[in-house]
Amino acid sequence: MDLTLSASELAFQAEVRSWLAANVPAEPLPSMDTAEGWALHQEWEAKLAAERLSVVSWPKEVGGREASLIEWVIFEEEYYRAGAPGRVSQNGIFLLAPIIFDHGTPEQQARFLPSMATGEKIWAQAWSEPEAGSDLASLRSTATRDDARGGWVLNGQKTWSSRATYAHWGFGLFRSDPDSAKHAGLTYYLFPLDADGITVRPIAQLDGEAGFAEIFFDDVFVPDADVLGAVGAGWNVAMSTAGNERGLSLRSPGRFCAAADRLVELWKTHGVDAPQTRDAVVDAWIGAQAYRLFTWGTVTRLADGGEMGAAGSINKVFWSELDIALHEAGLDLLGPDAELLDSPWMDGFVFALSGPIYAGTNEIQRNIIAERILGLPREPKGAQKEVQK
Amino acid sequence: MKFERTDEQQGFAEAIGDMLAKADTVGAARSWIDGDTAAGLGIWKRLADLGVNALLVSEEDGGLGGSLVDLAVAHEQLGYHLAVGPWIENAYLSTALAAGAELDAVAEGAVATVAVAPQVPRALDGDVASARYAVIDGTLVTATSGTIRTSIDGTRRLADVASTGTVVGSRELDAAFDAAVLATAAQLVGAGERVLADSVTYVKQRKQFGREIGSYQAIKHQLADVRIALDFARPLVHGAALGEVPASAAKAYAADAAYLAARTGLQVHGAIGYTAEFDLSLWLNRIRALVTAWGTPAFHRGRVLESLVN
Ligand SMILES: Cc1cc2nc3c(=O)[nH]c(=O)nc-3n(C[C@H](O)[C@H](O)[C@H](O)COP(=O)(O)OP(=O)(O)OC[C@H]3O[C@@H](n4cnc5c(N)ncnc54)[C@H](O)[C@@H]3O)c2cc1C
Repeated sequence: MDLTLSASELAFQAEVRSWLAANVPAEPLPSMDTAEGWALHQEWEAKLAAERLSVVSWPKEVGGREASLIEWVIFEEEYYRAGAPGRVSQNGIFLLAPIIFDHGTPEQQARFLPSMATGEKIWAQAWSEPEAGSDLASLRSTATRDDARGGWVLNGQKTWSSRATYAHWGFGLFRSDPDSAKHAGLTYYLFPLDADGITVRPIAQLDGEAGFAEIFFDDVFVPDADVLGAVGAGWNVAMSTAGNERGLSLRSPGRFCAAADRLVELWKTHGVDAPQTRDAVVDAWIGAQAYRLFTWGTVTRLADGGEMGAAGSINKVFWSELDIALHEAGLDLLGPDAELLDSPWMDGFVFALSGPIYAGTNEIQRNIIAERILGLPREPKGAQKEVQK
Repeated sequence: MKFERTDEQQGFAEAIGDMLAKADTVGAARSWIDGDTAAGLGIWKRLADLGVNALLVSEEDGGLGGSLVDLAVAHEQLGYHLAVGPWIENAYLSTALAAGAELDAVAEGAVATVAVAPQVPRALDGDVASARYAVIDGTLVTATSGTIRTSIDGTRRLADVASTGTVVGSRELDAAFDAAVLATAAQLVGAGERVLADSVTYVKQRKQFGREIGSYQAIKHQLADVRIALDFARPLVHGAALGEVPASAAKAYAADAAYLAARTGLQVHGAIGYTAEFDLSLWLNRIRALVTAWGTPAFHRGRVLESLVN
């Protein structure tokens, strides 16, 4: 058992660290959920991409450096330690790209991945519907075959789609077989958000910013070339990224370790006035370290050919609760200033609050842990059966 | 970078686990509570034959020259199987004692114990041990065993100690304390794992309202939380063994995780879990005792913060 990095890993770490030190904006960028902030975040992605740092684990042809999983974790650690901007491209690069690599045609890979890597095209995830949240497989939006035009016609409504307000493309599941129920008969489609028949309506979140949106589909044509994976196989295609979202890729330990270090700094200046927060500060720091160490264990297993599987659910519950605890401790330290909206602690807190809801709610994750990891009996028939895998 | 037990460590854990699983550790613990230590000492001897007692003793001093990770691996098994005797104290003494006859005895499997006031005011099994020590004002001395106080964990016979006045050659008392803290944390993880395993078995078989109670979400979610807590406790213990985080971080977190396992384990068993006769009680009481043994959670949190601020 050892946690030492190899010479090439250390060299990579040093390169990333010095580049970030020289290039991370001194002042935090405005929120990416504003028009001004959006443009600046896209610019930042282009800058990262020019250095092949936007998607380090991808193949070279599509903008990456073929970094190993270990190097990816190193990159993330450095990225967050440096206080670099949030990733406006994250749902594309972390949730969609792995599917395009596994299920996309070579033509799709060549057409979609490079512009995703540079941040030129930002992607929004369009899975949830008003009546299909946790029970995603009950979704109702339809895709109807159009042989004459060689494609499909989408109708229905998606909602809670992060960054869809400004994003360029969407990816989502539609019911392509009208006689099907639940997981069967779903197909995965890719569509430009400015296509004819699409209406995007921004939704203001807790802090008033339009961080997600509803998407209405009114006879939207999608050519066959933009079907991802086989027709009717949408559920399995989609679920191959749910693990990414819950597991490693969406929330790397670097984020939490950096926040924990900032929390300790905050304690040094504010702790005298709020000694009762001591345990919250310590526990948040310990939690971040636990997550870092746990992740190295996961990386070791994956590098040895293991699979994430249901263990991603353990990860997800932990990081989402840790993120809230970290920011709550920060707010407690700030005392009466905590409520002020211009502090990174309130901003981070509001963002953290959604963690237990998206990427499969923590209740659904606990069901998965209980049933698949502990082997407890499934819910009786009639009750919830179709949890997201 | 490989943050997983080596094959050797895995094999060591299995050897200890297999031996203890067959050894009727529960019977030995119950006899120990009644003052009959023969079975427990027999198991001590067999663990010593596997080298558990001499892990931290260097090879030139007659030990195995193992690492703190090896120690954590072994102690998780001790917690899982409820081994009795001053094993945590063994981790302390095998680091604290300077080379010499006293260390030789520990390396050869003698049952030795120690009190390290103020965190550890009494010596575990002081009346059973063949050698007793105390740390008084930072000095290691031999000690006598006085009144035995009874713990909620009846296997923990806690002896008041008094110095004999004889100073013993010592080294690295701080490292010894951290080794003991780490061993305690590892035992807590092991004990928590056992409570979780037994609870999962129970809720799959106990039926109420016509279904297994384990099919109710109120039960599932509590046990899932225990699974999560223990899964994050172990990397902290191993990380502390590698010096990545203070031992205190591992102890504070492992205590919380094991305590959650104990509280949850009791709750999902209902009244049967509240009885002394049901074996679960032995682990519930062990966990409660270890939560405050070798430094309370508050003490360890304070130490972690100190290490961060300074
Ligand atoms: C900030 C944010 C960003 C998001 N971004 C996206 C996005 O980009 N794209 C996208 O498609 N979606 C997105 N979502 C939506 C998200 O995936 C859903 O909110 C989530 O799947 C839960 O669905 P729901 O909100 O309809 O809640 P519901 O499913 O209605 O759940 C409500 C409550 O009931 C509980 N519950 C439901 N079923 C069960 C059960 N079987 N057992 C126990 N409890 C249960 C839930 O845990 C929850 O507490 C986002 C959500 C948020 C908050």
